[in-house]
Amino acid sequence: MQIAFAILVALTLASAIAAVSLRNLVHCALCLALAFAGLAALYLQLGAQFVGFAQILVYVGAVAILVVFAILLTRGGESAPQPVISRSWVAGIAVAVLVFGVLTKAMLSSSLAHREPPPKPGPAVREIGNQLMTRYVLPLEAVGLLLTAATIGASIIAMQDAGRKQPDPQSVASKPANARLRRDAEEFETPTG
Amino acid sequence: MIPLYYYLMVSAVLFSVGLAGALTRRNAILVLIGVELMLNAANLNFIAFWRYSPNPEAITGMMFVIFSIAIAAAEAAVGLALIIAIYRHCKTTNLERMDSLKG
Repeated sequence: MQIAFAILVALTLASAIAAVSLRNLVHCALCLALAFAGLAALYLQLGAQFVGFAQILVYVGAVAILVVFAILLTRGGESAPQPVISRSWVAGIAVAVLVFGVLTKAMLSSSLAHREPPPKPGPAVREIGNQLMTRYVLPLEAVGLLLTAATIGASIIAMQDAGRKQPDPQSVASKPANARLRRDAEEFETPTG
Repeated sequence: MIPLYYYLMVSAVLFSVGLAGALTRRNAILVLIGVELMLNAANLNFIAFWRYSPNPEAITGMMFVIFSIAIAAAEAAVGLALIIAIYRHCKTTNLERMDSLKG
Protein backbone atom coordinates (compact mmCIF):
# COMPACT_ATOMS: atom_id res chain seq x y z
CA MET A 1 0.00 0.00 0.00
CA GLN A 2 2.72 2.41 1.04
CA ILE A 3 4.94 1.46 -1.90
CA ALA A 4 2.10 1.84 -4.40
CA PHE A 5 1.28 5.23 -2.91
CA ALA A 6 4.92 6.33 -3.12
CA ILE A 7 5.21 5.24 -6.75
CA LEU A 8 1.96 6.97 -7.75
CA VAL A 9 2.90 10.18 -5.96
CA ALA A 10 6.36 10.23 -7.52
CA LEU A 11 4.87 9.65 -10.99
CA THR A 12 2.17 12.28 -10.56
CA LEU A 13 4.39 15.00 -9.14
CA ALA A 14 7.28 14.38 -11.53
CA SER A 15 5.03 14.53 -14.57
CA ALA A 16 3.20 17.59 -13.21
CA ILE A 17 6.50 19.42 -12.75
CA ALA A 18 7.59 18.34 -16.22
CA ALA A 19 4.25 19.50 -17.66
CA VAL A 20 4.80 23.09 -16.55
CA SER A 21 8.57 23.29 -17.04
CA LEU A 22 9.48 21.56 -20.31
CA ARG A 23 10.24 23.66 -23.37
CA ASN A 24 8.55 21.55 -26.02
CA LEU A 25 4.79 22.11 -25.81
CA VAL A 26 3.89 18.63 -27.06
CA HIS A 27 6.03 17.07 -24.34
CA CYS A 28 4.19 19.28 -21.83
CA ALA A 29 0.82 17.97 -23.03
CA LEU A 30 1.95 14.35 -22.82
CA CYS A 31 3.33 14.86 -19.29
CA LEU A 32 0.01 16.49 -18.37
CA ALA A 33 -1.85 13.37 -19.52
CA LEU A 34 0.53 11.26 -17.42
CA ALA A 35 -0.10 13.44 -14.36
CA PHE A 36 -3.88 13.07 -14.87
CA ALA A 37 -3.49 9.30 -15.13
CA GLY A 38 -1.47 9.23 -11.91
CA LEU A 39 -4.18 11.25 -10.17
CA ALA A 40 -6.82 8.81 -11.44
CA ALA A 41 -4.81 5.97 -9.94
CA LEU A 42 -4.67 7.87 -6.63
CA TYR A 43 -8.47 8.23 -6.71
CA LEU A 44 -8.81 4.49 -7.34
CA GLN A 45 -6.48 3.80 -4.44
CA LEU A 46 -8.67 5.97 -2.22
CA GLY A 47 -11.68 3.83 -3.12
CA ALA A 48 -13.43 6.31 -5.42
CA GLN A 49 -13.84 4.05 -8.45
CA PHE A 50 -16.39 6.14 -10.33
CA VAL A 51 -14.41 9.35 -9.97
CA GLY A 52 -11.20 7.57 -10.97
CA PHE A 53 -12.69 6.28 -14.20
CA ALA A 54 -14.42 9.60 -14.87
CA GLN A 55 -11.03 11.25 -14.45
CA ILE A 56 -9.50 8.90 -17.01
CA LEU A 57 -12.38 9.44 -19.46
CA VAL A 58 -12.61 13.20 -19.11
CA TYR A 59 -9.06 14.32 -18.44
CA VAL A 60 -6.81 11.71 -20.05
CA GLY A 61 -9.29 11.12 -22.85
CA ALA A 62 -10.73 14.53 -23.63
CA VAL A 63 -8.86 17.42 -22.02
CA ALA A 64 -5.39 16.13 -22.92
CA ILE A 65 -6.47 15.63 -26.53
CA LEU A 66 -7.98 19.14 -26.59
CA VAL A 67 -4.68 20.56 -25.34
CA VAL A 68 -2.75 18.66 -28.01
CA PHE A 69 -5.11 19.96 -30.70
CA ALA A 70 -4.76 23.53 -29.44
CA ILE A 71 -0.96 23.19 -29.48
CA LEU A 72 -0.95 21.84 -33.02
CA LEU A 73 -3.36 24.55 -34.25
CA THR A 74 -1.28 27.38 -32.76
CA ARG A 75 2.10 26.01 -33.73
CA GLY A 76 3.31 28.68 -36.14
CA GLY A 77 3.63 31.55 -33.73
CA GLU A 78 6.15 30.17 -31.29
CA SER A 79 8.69 32.72 -30.28
CA ALA A 80 12.38 32.15 -29.76
CA PRO A 81 13.25 30.65 -26.39
CA GLN A 82 13.40 33.26 -23.70
CA PRO A 83 15.95 33.49 -20.90
CA VAL A 84 14.98 30.95 -18.26
CA ILE A 85 15.47 33.15 -15.24
CA SER A 86 13.72 36.47 -15.44
CA ARG A 87 12.09 38.72 -12.87
CA SER A 88 8.58 37.42 -13.41
CA TRP A 89 9.92 33.86 -13.18
CA VAL A 90 11.47 34.53 -9.77
CA ALA A 91 8.34 36.31 -8.54
CA GLY A 92 6.07 33.47 -9.70
CA ILE A 93 8.18 30.82 -7.99
CA ALA A 94 8.29 32.93 -4.82
CA VAL A 95 4.49 33.25 -4.77
CA ALA A 96 4.08 29.50 -5.32
CA VAL A 97 6.52 28.66 -2.51
CA LEU A 98 4.75 31.11 -0.23
CA VAL A 99 1.37 29.50 -0.94
CA PHE A 100 2.87 26.08 -0.33
CA GLY A 101 4.27 27.26 3.01
CA VAL A 102 0.91 28.64 4.12
CA LEU A 103 -0.85 25.41 3.12
CA THR A 104 1.71 23.28 4.96
CA LYS A 105 1.45 25.41 8.08
CA ALA A 106 -2.34 25.13 8.05
CA MET A 107 -2.07 21.36 7.63
CA LEU A 108 0.45 20.90 10.41
CA SER A 109 -1.62 22.91 12.85
CA SER A 110 -4.79 20.97 12.04
CA SER A 111 -5.99 18.07 14.15
CA LEU A 112 -7.58 16.44 11.10
CA ALA A 113 -4.29 15.76 9.37
CA HIS A 114 -3.35 12.64 11.31
CA ARG A 115 -6.73 11.00 11.12
CA GLU A 116 -6.82 7.32 10.21
CA PRO A 117 -9.34 6.19 7.60
CA PRO A 118 -12.51 4.37 8.59
CA PRO A 119 -13.09 0.88 7.14
CA LYS A 120 -13.35 0.84 3.39
CA PRO A 121 -16.84 1.67 2.08
CA GLY A 122 -18.50 -0.63 -0.42
CA PRO A 123 -18.89 0.14 -4.11
CA ALA A 124 -20.68 3.46 -4.23
CA VAL A 125 -21.62 3.69 -7.93
CA ARG A 126 -25.23 2.65 -7.31
CA GLU A 127 -25.45 5.19 -4.51
CA ILE A 128 -24.02 7.91 -6.80
CA GLY A 129 -26.67 7.12 -9.41
CA ASN A 130 -29.45 7.28 -6.84
CA GLN A 131 -28.22 10.56 -5.41
CA LEU A 132 -27.76 12.11 -8.87
CA MET A 133 -31.36 11.32 -9.75
CA THR A 134 -32.87 12.43 -6.44
CA ARG A 135 -30.98 14.86 -4.27
CA TYR A 136 -28.66 16.36 -6.90
CA VAL A 137 -31.02 16.38 -9.86
CA LEU A 138 -31.10 20.18 -10.11
CA PRO A 139 -27.28 20.57 -10.14
CA LEU A 140 -27.17 17.76 -12.71
CA GLU A 141 -29.54 19.65 -15.00
CA ALA A 142 -27.51 22.82 -14.47
CA VAL A 143 -24.31 21.00 -15.43
CA GLY A 144 -26.02 19.63 -18.54
CA LEU A 145 -27.04 23.16 -19.52
CA LEU A 146 -23.52 24.43 -18.80
CA LEU A 147 -21.91 21.73 -20.95
CA THR A 148 -24.30 22.45 -23.82
CA ALA A 149 -23.60 26.18 -23.58
CA ALA A 150 -19.84 25.54 -23.38
CA THR A 151 -19.91 23.27 -26.45
CA ILE A 152 -21.86 25.77 -28.52
CA GLY A 153 -19.81 28.69 -27.23
CA ALA A 154 -16.48 27.00 -27.89
CA SER A 155 -17.53 26.11 -31.45
CA ILE A 156 -18.71 29.65 -32.15
CA ILE A 157 -15.60 31.28 -30.69
CA ALA A 158 -13.27 28.99 -32.62
CA MET A 159 -15.21 29.43 -35.90
CA GLN A 160 -15.55 33.20 -35.69
CA ASP A 161 -13.06 34.14 -38.38
CA ALA A 162 -14.31 31.60 -40.89
CA GLY A 163 -17.77 33.10 -40.67
CA ARG A 164 -16.53 36.63 -41.15
CA LYS A 165 -14.44 36.01 -44.26
CA GLN A 166 -17.21 34.43 -46.29
CA PRO A 167 -19.80 36.60 -48.01
CA ASP A 168 -23.21 36.76 -46.46
CA PRO A 169 -24.13 33.08 -46.17
CA GLN A 170 -27.87 33.63 -46.68
CA SER A 171 -27.58 35.24 -50.08
CA VAL A 172 -25.29 32.45 -51.31
CA ALA A 173 -26.97 29.50 -49.73
CA SER A 174 -30.62 30.37 -50.07
CA LYS A 175 -30.75 30.74 -53.87
CA PRO A 176 -29.69 27.23 -54.88
CA ALA A 177 -31.71 25.81 -52.03
CA ASN A 178 -34.79 27.69 -53.23
CA ALA A 179 -34.20 26.65 -56.82
CA ARG A 180 -33.86 23.04 -55.80
CA LEU A 181 -36.99 23.25 -53.71
CA ARG A 182 -38.91 24.69 -56.66
CA ARG A 183 -37.59 21.99 -58.98
CA ASP A 184 -38.52 19.31 -56.47
CA ALA A 185 -41.99 20.77 -56.17
CA GLU A 186 -42.41 20.81 -59.94
CA GLU A 187 -41.23 17.22 -60.24
CA PHE A 188 -43.62 16.28 -57.54
CA GLU A 189 -46.51 18.02 -59.23
CA THR A 190 -45.97 16.84 -62.84
CA PRO A 191 -46.92 13.18 -62.40
CA THR A 192 -50.00 13.95 -60.37
CA GLY A 193 -51.15 16.86 -62.55
CA MET B 1 -2.44 2.80 6.44
CA ILE B 2 -1.49 6.13 4.91
CA PRO B 3 -2.51 9.11 7.03
CA LEU B 4 -4.60 11.89 5.54
CA TYR B 5 -1.65 14.25 5.89
CA TYR B 6 0.22 12.62 3.00
CA TYR B 7 -2.60 13.17 0.55
CA LEU B 8 -2.96 16.78 1.64
CA MET B 9 0.78 17.31 1.12
CA VAL B 10 0.61 15.81 -2.38
CA SER B 11 -2.30 18.08 -3.17
CA ALA B 12 -0.48 21.13 -1.82
CA VAL B 13 2.61 20.36 -3.92
CA LEU B 14 0.45 19.82 -7.00
CA PHE B 15 -1.35 23.12 -6.39
CA SER B 16 1.94 24.99 -5.97
CA VAL B 17 3.37 23.45 -9.15
CA GLY B 18 0.27 24.51 -11.06
CA LEU B 19 0.39 27.99 -9.58
CA ALA B 20 4.07 28.39 -10.42
CA GLY B 21 3.38 27.24 -13.97
CA ALA B 22 0.44 29.60 -14.40
CA LEU B 23 2.45 32.54 -13.07
CA THR B 24 5.80 32.00 -14.77
CA ARG B 25 5.07 30.56 -18.22
CA ARG B 26 4.25 32.98 -21.01
CA ASN B 27 2.48 30.59 -23.34
CA ALA B 28 -1.31 30.75 -22.94
CA ILE B 29 -1.69 26.97 -23.31
CA LEU B 30 0.82 26.34 -20.53
CA VAL B 31 -1.04 28.77 -18.28
CA LEU B 32 -4.19 26.74 -18.92
CA ILE B 33 -2.28 23.54 -18.07
CA GLY B 34 -1.28 25.14 -14.75
CA VAL B 35 -4.91 26.01 -14.01
CA GLU B 36 -5.96 22.43 -14.77
CA LEU B 37 -3.32 21.12 -12.35
CA MET B 38 -4.64 23.41 -9.61
CA LEU B 39 -8.20 22.19 -10.20
CA ASN B 40 -7.01 18.59 -9.96
CA ALA B 41 -5.22 19.33 -6.69
CA ALA B 42 -8.52 20.58 -5.26
CA ASN B 43 -10.28 17.43 -6.51
CA LEU B 44 -7.67 15.23 -4.81
CA ASN B 45 -8.36 17.08 -1.55
CA PHE B 46 -12.11 16.47 -1.90
CA ILE B 47 -11.62 12.74 -2.48
CA ALA B 48 -9.12 12.40 0.38
CA PHE B 49 -11.42 14.20 2.83
CA TRP B 50 -14.34 12.06 1.65
CA ARG B 51 -12.41 8.83 2.22
CA TYR B 52 -11.19 9.87 5.67
CA SER B 53 -14.47 11.35 6.88
CA PRO B 54 -16.26 9.60 9.77
CA ASN B 55 -19.16 8.59 7.50
CA PRO B 56 -18.07 7.93 3.90
CA GLU B 57 -21.57 6.64 3.17
CA ALA B 58 -22.59 10.26 2.65
CA ILE B 59 -20.97 10.70 -0.76
CA THR B 60 -20.96 14.49 -0.75
CA GLY B 61 -17.24 14.79 -1.52
CA MET B 62 -17.53 12.47 -4.50
CA MET B 63 -20.52 14.34 -5.90
CA PHE B 64 -18.62 17.60 -5.60
CA VAL B 65 -15.71 16.13 -7.55
CA ILE B 66 -18.01 14.82 -10.28
CA PHE B 67 -19.52 18.27 -10.81
CA SER B 68 -16.08 19.86 -10.55
CA ILE B 69 -14.74 17.57 -13.30
CA ALA B 70 -17.66 18.48 -15.56
CA ILE B 71 -17.12 22.20 -15.02
CA ALA B 72 -13.36 21.88 -15.53
CA ALA B 73 -14.00 20.14 -18.84
CA ALA B 74 -16.25 23.00 -19.96
CA GLU B 75 -13.63 25.51 -18.83
CA ALA B 76 -10.88 23.74 -20.78
CA ALA B 77 -12.97 23.63 -23.95
CA VAL B 78 -13.88 27.33 -23.81
CA GLY B 79 -10.36 28.34 -22.79
CA LEU B 80 -8.71 26.49 -25.65
CA ALA B 81 -11.26 27.87 -28.13
CA LEU B 82 -10.42 31.38 -26.88
CA ILE B 83 -6.71 30.68 -27.31
CA ILE B 84 -7.28 29.52 -30.89
CA ALA B 85 -9.40 32.61 -31.65
CA ILE B 86 -6.74 34.91 -30.16
CA TYR B 87 -4.05 33.09 -32.11
CA ARG B 88 -5.95 33.73 -35.35
CA HIS B 89 -6.15 37.40 -34.44
CA CYS B 90 -2.68 38.11 -33.03
CA LYS B 91 -0.67 35.25 -34.61
CA THR B 92 0.89 34.46 -31.25
CA THR B 93 0.16 32.57 -28.04
CA ASN B 94 2.68 34.56 -26.04
CA LEU B 95 0.77 36.35 -23.30
CA GLU B 96 3.23 39.23 -23.06
CA ARG B 97 2.68 40.17 -26.69
CA MET B 98 -1.11 40.27 -26.35
CA ASP B 99 -1.08 43.76 -24.89
CA SER B 100 -3.49 45.77 -27.02
CA LEU B 101 -7.07 46.22 -25.92
CA LYS B 102 -8.33 47.59 -29.20
CA GLY B 103 -8.42 44.96 -31.94
